[in-house]
Amino acid sequence: MSNEWKVICRVDDIPVLGSRVVQRHGQPNVAIFRNSEDKIFALLDKCPHKGGPLSQGIVFGERVACPLHNWSIELNSGCAVAPDEGCTQRFAIKVENGEVALDMHELNAPSDVAKGLAAA
Amino acid sequence: MKKMKLVMVGNGMAGVRTLEELRKIAPDIYDITVFGAEPYANYNRILLSPVLAGEQTVKDIMLNDVDWYEENGITLHLGKKITKIDRVKRLVIAEDGTTAEYDRLLLATGSNPFMLPVPGKDLDGVIGYRDIYDTNAMIEAATKYKHAVVIGGGLLGLEAANGLKLRGMDVTVVHLPDTLMERQLDHTAGKMLQKSLEDRGLSFLLGKNTQELLGDEKGRVKAVRFADGSEIAAQLVVMAVGIRPNTALAESAGIYCNRGIVVNDTMQTYDPRIYAVGECVNHRGTAYGLVAPLFEMAKVCANHLANFGIGRYQGSVTSTKLKVTGIDLFSAGDFLGGEGTEEIMLSDPIGGVYKKLVLKDNKLVGACLYGDTVDGSWYFSMLREGKDVTEIRDTLMFGEANLNRPGDTGHEGFSKAAAMPDSAEVCGCNGVCKGTIVKAIKEKGLFTIEDVRKHTKASASCGSCTGLVEQIIMATAGGDYSSASKVKPMCGCTDHTHQEVRDAIKANKLLTVADTMKFMEWRTPNGCASCRPGINYYLISTWPHEAKDDPQSRFINERAHANIQKDGTFSVIPRMWGGETNSSELRRIADVVDKYKIPTVKVTGGQRIDLLGVKKEDLRNVWQDLGMPSGLAYAKGLRTVKTCVGSEWCRFGTQDSTRMGQELEHQLARMYAPHKVKLAVSGCPRNCAEAGIKDVGVIGVDSGWEIYIAGNGGIKTEVAQFLVKLKTHEEVLEYSGAFLQLYREEGWYLERTVHYVSRVGMDHVKQKVLDDAENRKALYERLLFSLEGEADPWHEPEKAQVDTRQFAPLNV
Repeated sequence: MSNEWKVICRVDDIPVLGSRVVQRHGQPNVAIFRNSEDKIFALLDKCPHKGGPLSQGIVFGERVACPLHNWSIELNSGCAVAPDEGCTQRFAIKVENGEVALDMHELNAPSDVAKGLAAA
Repeated sequence: MKKMKLVMVGNGMAGVRTLEELRKIAPDIYDITVFGAEPYANYNRILLSPVLAGEQTVKDIMLNDVDWYEENGITLHLGKKITKIDRVKRLVIAEDGTTAEYDRLLLATGSNPFMLPVPGKDLDGVIGYRDIYDTNAMIEAATKYKHAVVIGGGLLGLEAANGLKLRGMDVTVVHLPDTLMERQLDHTAGKMLQKSLEDRGLSFLLGKNTQELLGDEKGRVKAVRFADGSEIAAQLVVMAVGIRPNTALAESAGIYCNRGIVVNDTMQTYDPRIYAVGECVNHRGTAYGLVAPLFEMAKVCANHLANFGIGRYQGSVTSTKLKVTGIDLFSAGDFLGGEGTEEIMLSDPIGGVYKKLVLKDNKLVGACLYGDTVDGSWYFSMLREGKDVTEIRDTLMFGEANLNRPGDTGHEGFSKAAAMPDSAEVCGCNGVCKGTIVKAIKEKGLFTIEDVRKHTKASASCGSCTGLVEQIIMATAGGDYSSASKVKPMCGCTDHTHQEVRDAIKANKLLTVADTMKFMEWRTPNGCASCRPGINYYLISTWPHEAKDDPQSRFINERAHANIQKDGTFSVIPRMWGGETNSSELRRIADVVDKYKIPTVKVTGGQRIDLLGVKKEDLRNVWQDLGMPSGLAYAKGLRTVKTCVGSEWCRFGTQDSTRMGQELEHQLARMYAPHKVKLAVSGCPRNCAEAGIKDVGVIGVDSGWEIYIAGNGGIKTEVAQFLVKLKTHEEVLEYSGAFLQLYREEGWYLERTVHYVSRVGMDHVKQKVLDDAENRKALYERLLFSLEGEADPWHEPEKAQVDTRQFAPLNV
């Protein structure tokens, strides 16, 4: 199944070492992160621990610290750093000409928050 | 880049710990090969005593099994003893001919039990007590034979004797000196220990010099003969008379040894490619036989192996704990006393308690506790810190729980972990019970408070149960508790401490987070969630108006200027000066609640109103409609100044506390600090504003105002200490401001005023704020300068460095 890319914002719209939140209809938000090397990541805006909004956390290296209970989440994998366990859903990202695009198929598919995955 | 080769000779606790530390900071620079003479992977040697006593099994005490080596790409040779080091070819050679090349070599050969050079020492049944092999030999002997003699009444000998007795043998302990454990106990405590052990069925022969071991026709030992001609029967003889660093290999390779492999503060031997750690080492004349110093050495050695080159091992203060279940014994430091020292003693022989504290120059230098060791880790940390104990001297002996400091919450009032059942909740913040902690310590081989926090979350949130958790670690991890060193680095990104970072920012006029990390050689590109907010605070407090606040280095609450709630919405708390409001404000609040359908309206402890459940995208509009300044209820800075009504209305009021409180709040409204700051002003000694537990508490009296500082209402309730009595409003503003500015300039991030004052001492504060009037004025000026032009984050976001993009969600 091919991707249906939709431009969401420009890289410059995201604070360095920060994030922006993408709202979806009737679904949990997606958080887009930008680190100090201008690498972009997208995760479900729900921490695998107790569903905290990862978009509000402090970004460092390629990780974000959840603002609720300080779990460190790897932005690349969406998984908590050991010894904590659990992963949240990742979303595909395309950056072209300074614009950030997400895949509409992924955005529209229902998220299985409990499993941290897109529902089958 | 090609990997260097690291070869380790030895596979014990100190060596493997070095590899673990190395893996944390530089996992990819070496190909590692380990040679262990024993056929086992890495185990906790300290817990051999519980294994002997039948309380644990060999499997329980494994720290890293063979899988761990494989998972980490470490080549492991078990049961291979290295017999030669060729330093020219940089090669090690094992007994069976296996060789390995090295770029760097780590010697961790441990120590050997000293075997008395008496005739008969090579008979069957005569062993040391060092490893799993010895332990199994003792367990087997207990099933076949009756009489055991342990030569040596020190820590290890007594643990061996206890274990053999529990296994059913008839045990006699032979000891040359008159007192048991004479290296840890004085005469009185030694006799009490002896009596307890005799009550358990052990026999003692003190002052006896072993001359010969006699054997039977099959070559097994059958008796011990002493210098005075007497003999006792023994089919098992355990020699526990001391250990000697195992330096044979190092010496054969020409490495300088002197009753231990001589190393410097970086754990390097005289051959710069060869390092040594652990019991085989002689560091500044001391060879250590306890685990905490060895772990400290491991950390320093790893730092140098990783080419960071900044670790320094300077020796350790040690404590010991006897691992005989049911006997509580703890000793640390210089407990024998002597010239220039004073002793405080508590002796209750019938009750079975004996405690001795040794002081020198008003500092605790030694502690020896028998029968009640609950305060062991507390005394130990005072010993290590070299803290002046003058202020608490008369209650020192009664322990930490009796120090006029009630108010610990979250664990049902327990102050002794030993008294708690496994099901009792130790950590009230995270719901961790004692049994879970004990299980994690045993199963995962945890040794330190940091380990326990990471793996169980106990003591990882507010920290009020830390003392209890430390007690549990001491009791379960076996032996000495490896407590966190006195000065901790800021976080995992650096070895620099808070003070070092503060000083560097000041001395070098560093103005940004990035510059600071570069200058201080941070190990990570952008720090972490712990250090960035701290550095940001140090910058803006040290260089006000020159360093710019970095919103991405602030916690969410200070970045969004609202308190995040558990469902991701926020709470909004507008300013209410001195806790007073009016109808117009209340009307606007009510209208905002209706317009935005805010679910909960609550009055806070800080005497203002909280609107809970506001969505992030509504915040800016809510703030605008309220038209009130931000209450900064989320800040590491001034929160509120609580007041009682005072002389304006109250029939008892001696001073106008409401007005005083409002003046303070207006002045300090946007002050950022190392942590939150709460003030209160009461109009008379009835103290209805609860000023006694505030960072700065002001109490009106007939002739003026009393100022109290360094109180704390939560986590661990602390009563504020009296600072000074003043006459005028202006003086109250000046003195409070000066103290707070001192705290802002000298405090470490996340220290409340109570921790700060406890660290620097009340005398220091008095000297800087009371005695030195010029300094006080200068501090106050600096505070006012800092606060000049501070913008309200709700209404002047750009000026207040608020990034407003965060409030606007993107839509698909």
